[in-house]
Amino acid sequence: MSLHASLRGKAQTLFGRIEIAFDAFFGGTDNPLRHLGALGLYFLWILVATGLYLYTVLDTSVEGVYTSIGYLSQEQWYLGGILRSLHRYASDAFVLAMMLHLVREWAYGHYHGFRLFSWVTGVPLIWMAYISGIGGYWIVWDSLAQFSAVSTTELLDWLPFFNEPTARNFLAPYTVSDRLFTVLVFIHIGVPLMLILGLWAHVNRISRVDYLPSRRLMLGTLISFLVLALISPAMSDAPANLALMPTDLRLDWFILFIHPLTDITSPAAVWSLIFGATILLFALPFLPHPKAQPIALVDAANCNGCSRCHADCPYEAITMAIHPDKPGHKIAIVDPDLCASCGICAGSCPSSTPFRSQEKLVTGIDMPQQPVDVMRQQLEAQLAKLEGKTKLVVFGCDKGADVHGLAGTDTAAISLLCTGMLPPSFIEYALRSGVDGIVITGCRDGGCDFRLGMKWMEERLAHQREPYLRRSVPQDRLQVIHASRGEATQLAMAIDEFRTRIETQAVASNKPPAYSRRKV
Amino acid sequence: MAKPAAIVGQIILYGAFAAFIGYFATSPTYQQIPDDVALIKLSMSHLGGRECRKRTPEELAALPPNMRAPMLCPRGRSDIKLVLELDGKPMFETMMHPTGLSGDGISTVYKRFEVKAGTYQLSAKMNDNLINPGFNHVKEAKVTLKPAQVLVIDFNPDKGGLFFQ
Repeated sequence: MSLHASLRGKAQTLFGRIEIAFDAFFGGTDNPLRHLGALGLYFLWILVATGLYLYTVLDTSVEGVYTSIGYLSQEQWYLGGILRSLHRYASDAFVLAMMLHLVREWAYGHYHGFRLFSWVTGVPLIWMAYISGIGGYWIVWDSLAQFSAVSTTELLDWLPFFNEPTARNFLAPYTVSDRLFTVLVFIHIGVPLMLILGLWAHVNRISRVDYLPSRRLMLGTLISFLVLALISPAMSDAPANLALMPTDLRLDWFILFIHPLTDITSPAAVWSLIFGATILLFALPFLPHPKAQPIALVDAANCNGCSRCHADCPYEAITMAIHPDKPGHKIAIVDPDLCASCGICAGSCPSSTPFRSQEKLVTGIDMPQQPVDVMRQQLEAQLAKLEGKTKLVVFGCDKGADVHGLAGTDTAAISLLCTGMLPPSFIEYALRSGVDGIVITGCRDGGCDFRLGMKWMEERLAHQREPYLRRSVPQDRLQVIHASRGEATQLAMAIDEFRTRIETQAVASNKPPAYSRRKV
Repeated sequence: MAKPAAIVGQIILYGAFAAFIGYFATSPTYQQIPDDVALIKLSMSHLGGRECRKRTPEELAALPPNMRAPMLCPRGRSDIKLVLELDGKPMFETMMHPTGLSGDGISTVYKRFEVKAGTYQLSAKMNDNLINPGFNHVKEAKVTLKPAQVLVIDFNPDKGGLFFQ
């Protein structure tokens, strides 16, 4: 195993553990670590909303910027002051969420293959966020702004781009003009607009994007900011005075850490770090990584153009086109560059039913590495061996808790590419083949490796999403257990509880009628 | 986890989040230079001189009437030599090169020097046309620098050339 793979594996384990710990308090839907992208976007909307107000009251003259912003904090603390504090703290939280999102996606290996586009388009957003954040501090034109402006321009001047040192703009009080702040405001609004445009590209290849986190999470973080705004409101430091070096700076370490870093190293070292990190991030998807899995294949004869796979694909990899052989019908087309090889499409296909009598089950859209026909063969083979009082079938997910170890004389275990790959008809098929209970397990809420696998599965079971689990299937013989990778023990305990419930509640009366497949 | 325990846990974690954001948004404070230090900033942006000569009457006659400029100046600019001395000791010396592909742009310099607060004899000498020997711009003054004070050494022909501010 390479050093990179080892490092990534450790980071993934660490993230996984912290996420599971957070689940205990927040649950998956409200767990901030499972929704960092959406959370970051929410913080950005707070920045936009509060920024609009700050812009309306800003006087862009040299003296005016300081006094007009200062007025908000001093005289209008109840509105402008709080909005200013929200603006500052949301910007810090945005940077924090962005960097955690980056590290988490790297740790989980979400940077190559079909995710390459999202990864690559995400890298420039980091630059934009920092350009906007650093520039935002200058607009206040206090001693911190002065320090940041001088330090940034001195850093920029190390690059061989400028004819005249940009730091000359902040040489002495006489070099700063009113127009500077007009330009700064223009940059501070323009760059975030580009950031929003970049975000659109960033999520462009994802369907059903979480543009916002859950309401509880939004409320929780907003209350945190408000409390912070009241306890420790954002205030300006002393007015900028270029004739003096600012001392005892109340530095924002989330955004302005680059200045002390330059001081303790050198501009050359900092630029090497910045460009090196950027190149590394761009190059990461092209470094050696696990081989891509085979993509979904459409069988024209069995595709009736129902569009369910198109609706369920989490990565917009499936489009519908005119069927070449069936007049008036459509056919699914898979984009190889976008396909995540999750198999959710196979689970959504109405042809993926094991009740079909053909010896070889061919469905409309299938995964070459785990065709629906093989799933049926696996299931039938394991069902034939089951013995004992209470026979269970566990359908698991390759990305979630390992289910292979659960197989035993009274338990069949089948691991799928993603739990969302399971056609609900397999559940009915197993029950009608003599099984007493079905366990479906997959990643924790908000932690699905393919984003929507567990969500779609649960909606199918609840008759909210096609293909439905038929209403005749007794729900009390069904147990959904969320268990992420590394939670095999917890999964085994939950299955034992389920088995005990089936045995003690004596639900034998509602067992669906037995069925034996007619084989052609 | 039981709901009350989860709510308490959430409150603690949201509090920790707010505390983390709130603390690192302003702390720890940062001091770029020690308390007893002042800063001298040297920054100049100046066009070097050119080696011009008068055209001879023959040369002028050979030119079209509308192009008979009496002086012939090459496009390129001279390097600029600059020397700084503090209390008579060399502090900084540089040769500023003109910018531009043809060497016809401004010559610039930007440097910062940290010095202990106190009184110094500061001297700046500049030669902006190296075909002439010596220094054609000189500024010397006794300066008293307070802690954290920024003294700028700049050049502006409208302010008499080299100046300290």
